[in-house]
Order: sequence, then C-alpha cells, then structure tokens
Amino acid sequence: MLDKITFTLDGKEVTAEPGESIWQVAKRQGTTIPHLCWKDAPGYRADGNCRACMVEVEGERVLAASCVRTPTNGMKVKTQTERAQTARRMVMELLVADQPKVADAHDSQSDFLKWAKAMNVKVSRFPKAKRPKADISHSAMAVNLDACINCNLCVRACREVQVNDVIGMAARGHDSKIVFDFDDPMGQSSCVACGECVQACPTGALMPKTIVDDKGRGGRVADREVQSICPYCGVGCQIVYKIKKNKKTGRDEIAWVEGAGGRANENRLCVKGRFGFDYVANPERLTKPLIRLPNKEKGINIDPMKPLSHFREATWEEALDVAAKGLKNIRETHGRKALAGFGSAKCSNEEAYLFQKLVRTGFGSNNVDHCTRLCHASSVAALMECIGSGAVTAPFTAVKDSDVIVVIGANPTENHPVAATYFKQAAKRGAELIVMDPRGQALKRHASHMLQFKSGADVSMLNAIMHVIVEEKLYDEQYIQSHTEGFKNLREHLKGYSPEAMEVICGISASELRTVARKYATAGRSIIFWGMGVSQHTHGTDNARCLISLALMTGHTGRPGTGLHPLRGQNNVQGASDAGLIPMVFPDYMKVGNDKLRAHFEDLWGTKLDPNPGLTVVEIVNAIHADEIKGMYILGENPAMSDPDANHARGALAKLDHLVVQDIFMTETAMFADVVLPATAWPEKDGTVSNTNRQVQMGRRALTAPGDAKPDWWITQEIARRIGLGWNYGGPSDVFAEMKKAMPSLDNISWDRLQREHSVTYPCPAPDHPGEDIVFADRFATPDGLGKFVPANVLPPNEQPDSKFPFILMTGRVLEHWHTGAMTRRSHVLDQVQPTPTVQMNTLDISKFGIEPGDKVRVSTRRGAIEIAVRADNAVRPGSIFIPFAFVEASANELTNPQLDPIGKIPEFKYCAARVEPLA
Amino acid sequence: MDTHATKKKFKPVRPGDRKGGKKSRPFPKGRQVQPSALKDVQKLLKGKSLARDLLIEHLHLIQDKFGHLSAAHLAALAEEMKLAQAEVYEVATFYHHFDVVREGENAPPEITIRVCDSLSCEMAGADKVMKALKDKAPKYVRVKHAPCMGLCDRAPAASIGKNYMGDVTPAKLLKAAKDRDVKPVRPRYQSYDAYVKAGGYKVLKELRAGKRTPDDVIAELLEAGLRGLGGAGFPSGQKWKFVRAGQGPRYMCINGDEGEPGTFKDRLYLMSKPHQFLEGMLIGAWGVDATAVYIYLRDEYPAIRDVLLKEIAVLEKKGVIQPGYVHLRRGAGAYICGEESAMIESIEGKRGLPRHRPPYVAQVGLFDRPTLVHNVETVYWMPEILGKGAQWFIAQGREGHKGNRSYSVSGRVKKPGVVLTAAGATALELIEACGGMLDGHTFKGYLPGGPSGGILPASMGDLPLDFGQLEKYGSFVGSHAVVILSDKDHMRKVSSNLLRFFEDESCGQCTPCRVGCEKAVKLIAEKKWNTKLLSELSTAMTDASICGLGQAAPNPIRSVMKYFKKEVS
Repeated sequence: MLDKITFTLDGKEVTAEPGESIWQVAKRQGTTIPHLCWKDAPGYRADGNCRACMVEVEGERVLAASCVRTPTNGMKVKTQTERAQTARRMVMELLVADQPKVADAHDSQSDFLKWAKAMNVKVSRFPKAKRPKADISHSAMAVNLDACINCNLCVRACREVQVNDVIGMAARGHDSKIVFDFDDPMGQSSCVACGECVQACPTGALMPKTIVDDKGRGGRVADREVQSICPYCGVGCQIVYKIKKNKKTGRDEIAWVEGAGGRANENRLCVKGRFGFDYVANPERLTKPLIRLPNKEKGINIDPMKPLSHFREATWEEALDVAAKGLKNIRETHGRKALAGFGSAKCSNEEAYLFQKLVRTGFGSNNVDHCTRLCHASSVAALMECIGSGAVTAPFTAVKDSDVIVVIGANPTENHPVAATYFKQAAKRGAELIVMDPRGQALKRHASHMLQFKSGADVSMLNAIMHVIVEEKLYDEQYIQSHTEGFKNLREHLKGYSPEAMEVICGISASELRTVARKYATAGRSIIFWGMGVSQHTHGTDNARCLISLALMTGHTGRPGTGLHPLRGQNNVQGASDAGLIPMVFPDYMKVGNDKLRAHFEDLWGTKLDPNPGLTVVEIVNAIHADEIKGMYILGENPAMSDPDANHARGALAKLDHLVVQDIFMTETAMFADVVLPATAWPEKDGTVSNTNRQVQMGRRALTAPGDAKPDWWITQEIARRIGLGWNYGGPSDVFAEMKKAMPSLDNISWDRLQREHSVTYPCPAPDHPGEDIVFADRFATPDGLGKFVPANVLPPNEQPDSKFPFILMTGRVLEHWHTGAMTRRSHVLDQVQPTPTVQMNTLDISKFGIEPGDKVRVSTRRGAIEIAVRADNAVRPGSIFIPFAFVEASANELTNPQLDPIGKIPEFKYCAARVEPLA
Repeated sequence: MDTHATKKKFKPVRPGDRKGGKKSRPFPKGRQVQPSALKDVQKLLKGKSLARDLLIEHLHLIQDKFGHLSAAHLAALAEEMKLAQAEVYEVATFYHHFDVVREGENAPPEITIRVCDSLSCEMAGADKVMKALKDKAPKYVRVKHAPCMGLCDRAPAASIGKNYMGDVTPAKLLKAAKDRDVKPVRPRYQSYDAYVKAGGYKVLKELRAGKRTPDDVIAELLEAGLRGLGGAGFPSGQKWKFVRAGQGPRYMCINGDEGEPGTFKDRLYLMSKPHQFLEGMLIGAWGVDATAVYIYLRDEYPAIRDVLLKEIAVLEKKGVIQPGYVHLRRGAGAYICGEESAMIESIEGKRGLPRHRPPYVAQVGLFDRPTLVHNVETVYWMPEILGKGAQWFIAQGREGHKGNRSYSVSGRVKKPGVVLTAAGATALELIEACGGMLDGHTFKGYLPGGPSGGILPASMGDLPLDFGQLEKYGSFVGSHAVVILSDKDHMRKVSSNLLRFFEDESCGQCTPCRVGCEKAVKLIAEKKWNTKLLSELSTAMTDASICGLGQAAPNPIRSVMKYFKKEVS
C-alpha cells in the first residue's frame, strides 16, 4: 500500500490519499476550486486543460492545475492567492469573450455560467472570435459549438467512459474543434446517442433537444427529480428523471433523464435509457379498460391508435368482472389445467410474484411462464444442473480485474450497451477481449481475437477449445479435484474433438482455437459472458454446459475477475425468474415436485399446490391448438410478436375462448384479447427489479398514470379477488414483505433498505453488507457443493439450409428497439433513429441479387414470408441474414422455427433456413 | 399451419409515429468503408505493422501517394488499423502537412508551394514573394504560407513539394514548379567510412566494450557542462541519471524537430556530419540501456530524412546496430512537437499535445516508459567530449561559460549562418562574426532565442548569450536563434509576426494559450496597444499555460512594451 501524503493547503496541514489531486483534497477540506474541464464523477480522468483551477505551489515558477496535480509530501499549496485568482479569472474572461449572450444560453444552468457568475466575470474585454453554427441533425441532441470551450469532456465521455469513439478534437490551436467522426453532422455520424457527452458538457454546447427551443435556448431546469431504474435491458442502470410541468397540457413530463451512480452503470446510460422515455406520454397509451365488441375477428387487424374499432370502453368494475368471470368459467368447466398465464420480465418483482401466485393458487396449476423461456431458459437449465444456481457468478463489472474476457453469442454494444462500456474499457486497459460470434459486431474492433464461427457450431468450437486445454494439461488439477465432479468422463468425451477435426465444422482454424484455448486457460483471471447466440438454439443447454465446463476445468470462477455471466435480456428477467414466473419452480427456483418445498409454499399461501410442472411458453401455444388450454391471462407480454412461428402463435391466441391482456398499449397480443386492462408504465409505479448482476434495485414512481390506467399489482389483485382469492395487499411493499418469507435470496434485503440504498446485491450476508458480487468461492450451490461437468455432443441446428431455403436466418435486436418494440417504437428519438425494419445482408449477397441497399426483398421460410428493406452490413457473412423482431410490418418471428431445446425448452431463434427474393 | 391471422388483407399498422415516413438507413450508422479505398490502403500498408504509434507514418504514405487524404482513404485506414474514424481524423487534421479532403471537397492542386513567413523570411520579403506567386501561380500550383523551414540563413525560403529552397524568387519557384522539381536534394556529407577513418565510432565501441561505466560518462558530461541545446539547457548528465533511476524497458528519443524560428544549427550538423550525430545518439542509448531509439525529424527536412534512412541502414549493415533498433519518425508540420512530451505523443501516433509535468518524460515518457530525450546537437557533441575529455569542451568556452555554442544568426546581417563560438557570445560579437549589419541598416534590437526568447534592444547587445543570463531581462537564449533587427523593422510588425506564429502553432489544448494567442494577435494589431489588458493577458498566459509555448508566447509582447514602448503607444 502506498502511504498517505501530508502537505500544506492554504496554511493548514492536510493529508491526501495516494493519487488524490489537490482539487479533491481541497474539496474534502471545504474549498471548491473553480473547474470546467474536470468532472468530479467516476470514470472521468482529470485533463487539466481549461486552467480554471490554477493554484500556487510554493517554489514553482508557474501555477499548477489543481485537478490534475497530485500533492507531494511537504508541498505548500495556496488556492486563494491573488496570483492564482487573477489567472483563474483571466481564463474565464478569455472564454466568456466567445460565449453566446447569457440571455441566449443553451443551458441557463450550465456549470460554466455558474462559475462565471461566482467569479464575477460577466463581460469580457477581449474581441470576439468567429463562432461555429448549430448542428441540429440529431433527433436527440442539439449541438451548439458556439458555447464550446474545448474542455474535451465530451471526448473523454465518448472515448474513455463509454468507449463509443465517435467524438474527437480535430485541427489545432484556436481552430481546434469538437467533431463527430470526420466532422460530420452528429445525426449522420456513427454516434449511438448514449448521450454521455450531453451529461458531461459544462457549457450547454451539447444538450438534450427536449430542453432547448428552436433557437437553441434552454436550460437544465426541472421542477423535481426522482431516482429510479431504467426499464429496458438487464443491465439495470440507475437513472434520475428530471420532471417538469408541461405548460400546455398541465401534466408533469420527463423533461430529460440523467444517469445516476448505480453500481451497474456509474452514471452511464445508453440511447434507450436516456432518450427513450416519451413512450409513456404517447397518445396510443391505453387509458380505459376495453371489452371486445361481439363478432370482431381476432387478428393483427387494429390500428393501435384506434382500438375502438374492435373494443368498447368499460369501467374497471365491469372489465374486471368480465375478465375474471371468463377465467373462472373455464376453470370450472374445463379444469384448472385449461388456464395459463404469461407474466412479464418487464414488470417488477412484486408484480411477477403476485402473478405466479395467482396462477398457482387461483388458476390451480403451474402453467405460468414468461419470456425468460425465449432468452435464457437453456442457460439457466445448464447452470442449475452444473452449479446449482441460475444466476451469474460475477457481475459484469468484474471485468475490471480480468485478464481475458470471452464474449460469446452476445452483442452487448446493442443489447447491453452499458455493460459493453465496461468490456471496452477493460480491453483498452489491456485485457484480452475474445469475441466469438457468427456475426461481426462493434466489439470486434476492441477484440484481440474475433472468432466468427459458423452459426450453430458452438459445441464443436467449445469442445475443441476444451480438448486443447485437456491435451496440453492447461486445466487446474487442484481446482478440479476439490470443486468438481465428472472431469474424467468429460476428458474421455473430449478426445474426439481435436481442433484439427473441428475446424471444418466450426470454421475457425485449429491454430486459432489452440491460441484462444491457451489464453483463456493460462490467464490469471478469465471470465465468460454469453447471450442469446448461445441460448437460443435447440442445443442451447449444451452450449451453456460447454461454457460452464470451460470455467470449471480452469478454475475461472469464484475469484475477482473470473466467472460465468449470461447477460440477461430484460430489465427484470432475473427478478421475474427469481420470483417464480417459471412453470417448474416456485420462487427461488424451488422445484414444484419437491414435497418438502411445496409444503413450504402451501403453508405460506394457505392452499394446496399442483406438484406437476406446468407448460412453457411454446408448449402453451401448442396446448391451445390441441384444445387443452382455453383461457389465458397475459400481463405485459407480447407473444404475438415474440414467439417463434408467430402465425402459429397468433392462431393460438385467436383460438382461445377467453384472453385477458394487461398492458400499456394495444400490443399485437392485446389485439386478440377479450378484455384489455390498461396498466401503468414503469415511471408511473413503485417496485423493485433485479438486474443481470443480481442487484435488487428500487424503481420509483415519477409520474401519475394517464386516464384510468392502474398499477399491475392492483389489477392482478382485483382479478385474484374475483376468482376467489382473499388478497389484501396494500401495495408493493406488502408484497415484498411476503416475498421475503418465500425467498431466502432476499435475506437482509428489505424494502426500507432499498428505499435508502437504491440497490443491494443478493446473496447478502448482513443488513449492512452491500451483497456478494462474486459467489461460489468455496462451494457451488449444488447439494454436494461440487460443480458438475456435463459433456455435450455436436448436434446440427434443427433446420439446415437447402436449395429451396439457402440462407441462414438469425433474429435478435437492434440498439434502439427493445423486445417487440411496444415501448421503443413509440419513443420519438428511438423511432427516428430506427424507424423501419431492415434485413441485414452481406454486400456480396446484395450484389448477387443485383439490388441496392434499401431495396425491398421477400424473405420466406417454411413458416411464413415478409417483405423488408435490405441493409448492407458485412457484419453478417455471405449466406446469412439477420432480422430484428421488433417490427410488426415485417415480423421476423413469422419466419422463425419453433423447435425447442429439449431441456431448456427454448426455441431456435438464431438459426433457420430462409429464402431471399428481390421484389420488382 | 394456421393462417387465421394472416389471411386477412389488413396490413399491420406500425405503432408510434406513422406520419413521418422516414426510413431506416440502408447502411449501419456512420461512414461506410469503400472497398476500393480499402484496397488502396491495404496495398500501401502491405507488410507494415498496424501498431497504433504508426498512424502518422501511415498517413504520410497516403498523403505522399495521393497528394491528399481523402475521407474514403481515412475511413479505410481507420478500419485497417482498428481505430475509430475520429481518432484518425483528429490526428490527420492536427498536422499542417496533411491535406484532409472530405466528401464534396476539392483535392488540392498537384503542387504545393509553401513560402516561409517566419520573421527572418518576412524581413527578407516573403510577403512580396507570396503575393507575386498568388497572382501568377498556374492552376496546378497551390501557394500556402508556412512557418520556419530552418533556412533563415538563406531567407526568403520556400518549399515545392519536398524540395526546400533558400534565396527564392517567384520566378525561381514557378520554374521549379513547371519542372516538377519537387524532390529533396541530398546534400554532400561525411560518409560512414570517412567518419570511421577520422576516428568515428571509437568512443561508442569503447563504451560498449565496458571500458567506462555509464556513471563515469555521466560524471564526465557533468564536468564538461554539456547542456540540452534544444533550448532548455538542462544538464545532460543529470538527465541520464534520472532516466537510469527508472525501471526498464527504457527508450531514447532524439528531438529533431528543430522548429523555433531562426534556428538551423541541427540542420547544419545533420546535413554535414550525420555519423557524429548518430554515434552521439547511440552513446546516449547505451547510457540508459535503451530498448529502442526513435528519431523524430521534422517534416521540413526531407533531404536529411533521406540521409538518415540511408546511413541508419549502413549502421545496420555494419552491425553497429541491430536492424530495427533505430526508428526514424517523420513529423508532419507542427512546431509544438519540438516540445519533448508533445513529440512523444506524436511518436505514439497522436496529436502533439504537451503532457502535464510531473511526471517528467525521464520517468514516464514514450509508451509510458522512462525515456531519454536529447536534442540533435546535444548528442552531436558527445563523441567529441568523451573522446577528447571534458576539459577540451570546457576550453571551447570562455570565462564563466563552459563549452561552445552554435548560434543560428539571421536577420539584418551581411552573412547570416551558424556561428560556432564560445558560449556567452554577445549579439554585437555575433553581428561582427556575420560580417556586420546589412548596408543601410542600424542595429536596433534582437531576438536572442527565437520568438520565445523575447526581444532585446540594441543597448543590451553586449549581454552574454547563455543559459540563465537573460531571464532577469524577461528573455532567454533558448535554442540560440539570434535574429538581428534594424531601424527598418517596426516592432508592432515584428511582434505581430511572432504572435501569429504562436497562434498558428499553439496545439489548442489549454485555454490561456489557445484563446490567449488568438486574442493577443487581435489586440496587438491595434496601432495603440491596450497595455493594461495585454499585461494581464501575458501574466495569465505565462502563469497558467501547460507548456513552454503558451508560457513564452507573450514574451515578445512584454519585450515591446518594455523596450520599444513608443512604437505601440
């Protein structure tokens, strides 16, 4: 450990931590020295360029920038001398000379204006220089470089904090200027609109467009603010809503959003979390309960703006009665197995818990599932089987300690953008980033190895890597002996998988496979991240088993910088799964078939429970077609868009005798409903969510819900009461209190604590402990504490390309659109950046067809056909295409293959055979 | 298959905004790499390392081949080097010798004439040359102004492509342009064999054979009083000590970015006796056990680059150095890269922004390793000092001033040039050594150390010009670039020239220098100066700028206000 430093600050003897700057010590001592280019926030390096923080150091010829200068023992620093103050004022006066008039300020609340005022520098004696024009080409941000002071905070924001590498400081001297790419308009640059630069800008040169007028005037003025959690991906960024009353409507609005200091995001956000909140105010919001008009055909046949074409408005009383009665009737007529429910990973833990409790105790079966089935069911199955726990063993922020980082089958810059910033930072620091994905992606540029293997060939590649580790004895013998079982069996199994034999199958050369195997195995700390490229296959569980084996044989779990981390897709897919929205398990993954565990829940809930696992998402759809399921309650899910072979799924929805859908918009699924119940959007309610890092976090209500919309927990409770359950929860905190009785994972995590601390990681050993980031240092969660090696065989994807359907179709997401687009397509910025569907195709294939990028093609599979515009993107290889599934006009899931992984029951979204035909 | 939902003709209505009619981009975000441009770049970089620090070298390859840097080529280079487009663009636009041409802009004409307009050349009529050229230049010629080319002894100077010429006239330049006379002219210089015959590389061999330890050599250099002749005057032996105190690997960098207007001594030594320089350099590398040596040579010296490339190859062939041990790096037109930490940034392939001190480059230098940085002339004297002994060097000096100095003298003297004489020479002595003042000119004042060193009046012509002597007069000797001014020179014009230079050459990193220079140029253009504001500005620039450029930039202003006040009030 380095020693503390003792020095004199303004005549007082003070101590500094090693690495602490004079500015930081002074602040600690109660003196805030003026600063512009220094941002006192995590991730921002001091750059010392603005020179507004100059101080005098005794014995030195010139002044020192206190933000970048660290004290040494015995140093005498004076912050308030005439000389230092004069220099600081002159710096401000030089800058003020070229600023817009205060009345025209882009940010009336800017740090720059605050300091100018505090230092009493209102006017400048210097002649003004020529200033640049505004750039309003981006839909989210206004660029007014006439206020820019070249402090380069935005450059650091873009390059060092987010590592998006779009902003640069070009030219030199007084010509130097902030540029996007090659001095392109921001809206035409490679900017991904994370908005970090806007959050960092101290002058208003970069502003959210929502708070400047058309002349660029505005300010970060809010009536109030509320800290909460981003509702999009599983990263779980903490945010602050800045709320202002709209003078025209009189309603409170989210004027803009800033990142808050969460453990998963340290103030960072992505385009969705920063600019994707206006969906809550979209005119298509459902504000009244709706009851289906008689004789209206069920289908994707409603303009979501005009639901009254097929529905009539009803009171809550009536709608709830109709909804509950329909469910009750089916239960009574066809039995309890004739009902099923889909909960949602987009709702809170409390809502998920209530929903599964409703299905289990009210419907009377375990037919409850949610979209985890479609994303990581196979990963969870493998993790449960091999290490006894379905959650991550380490948070993604653990990469700060990693030497080797493997990212396989995941595209985090689009799907987990803030997690990706940590990966990119680690790579910049010097960690080896090994990316394995059939598609190229933005991480490729930061990777030391990019293994673009053949789609679906995961097992062959991973077995070959493990073969090398075994053959070259790079495994951790001691770790294997004391922490695992089944290695001998796996070792035998791997004999047939030499890299030389596998290279033709996976498309990666044997030497590359060997290099990567050696790097992963011999590094001090290696960590693995994976996404749906691994899980969404008919062999998804096998893929995950291989990754687990890889970590087990090398001992790369349980230590800082090591671990296994399936990147969870939705904001609360971890929490919804934990809360029991899974047909085989009660909350905390307690098996429904286990008598002892079931007895515990029967006790807690005061009713008999079904000992048989229920049906999964796709099985439920099939059961509807088989006339076994007659009624459903769907909360916040959109299977009409998200299920494989969507036409088949839509057919099922149409076939139901009774469908209750609870959502905030007239989703494609709601179009099939008999009763639609308008719910509250995330910023309109309280509740906790659990992110991919196992961090349980508090979401808070910031706005009132529009019209008669109600919180999901309330609606579920009203249905429950109407089907005979005597529920009487007063709100989410009551539900959370009950959950604590059901779920040991919530030990030491209370509602009050979350209100206070915003976020606590589970497992949490004590009420004052932040929770355990890295688990399984000593033993795994299996009954005997040992990790299990489960060998995996190479199985081809279910549907191979042939002469009729020669392309491989992959589906997934794009940065701006999340899940089925229900929220993101109704957000102005997200919609503007990605308004219409495209199919990504390699330029070689495009030229083969003799078409141009932007032209429309017909993509068809054995299940359906869509028409869609082509986007030229060589991230996909010739012979492959990629379609995001968020667009109803060209719904990718009309094409996908519903075949399931036998264990995880997850469909093969990442591989099916397709045909592409140009349209005249 | 159930087609219940699809048999209806209803076309799904997209959620959200359906009035806009905007379509998604047919490409991913940002500028796409064009296959043909990528092919060009791949061809140029074939067999070459793609390491980040080679960015400027690779930009030169493209600029040399195509005469400019098109957006397409820059995007391809970024792709090939796995860099962000912004990273490439900001570097390319920082250096004046790169012509970035964005989409929709015109490429520059085939030939570029750069006319030096730094002080000595301006005094010799550069503005007239410039004007005549602009009037007469054909379409295939572009005329630009440029800072000092190290040809002040033959002012006015200009370059056509890589052909740098002194004593230019518009006619001479236009003829050269017509003849496409754009290649550097290799000078006559002492060959390896001639240098060895005269006893060259003997000292290096002895040191490498272990006849003396680095500590012995440090002691000898300190005794001799050899100091950094790039302008800082730091004792060379001391520098070695500091660098050696750091853990290896260590590097050595040669600062060959002689850019202080009026300075041309390094050019002289490199052009005449490259091997004496190279031996001195290798002595330094030996002294700190350098893993590799990087010579950073200004782009204005292409003839010297040819010489060094050739002679480094000779050293490799002769086994004096391992192949690849010495890297020759090209500047790209940026005075600031003469500042040692900016130079290191530039060698690393980045914009030449000076770093904050501490840490000093001796501790954290090239690639964040301890680095010995020496100026060309500093190492040039090392073989002689170590061969002949410290006392020999001391004897070159005079009372109170150890060793010799190479004064680059230009301006209003009859025979401008490098005067090698005892340290502590005076301006009057140097005028004398240069054949006296030009006819019709009366000595009025002088720049003792280029623009940074301020201006002294003729009445101070008898001050000894050495390190540490002039500071009390608000001046310093720096690189010993002495520019003699006469009664024909107006001090407002002189100081404007100097400040324009600083304005052009400021890296732009810190406020006092970036904004200060720009405002100062405007303020001193006034007939009557606002001396109060200029004084305040000068103080802030000196107190608060990051590096020597901004700290010294107001020196000419202060000098004029102090010694030539009448001319601006």
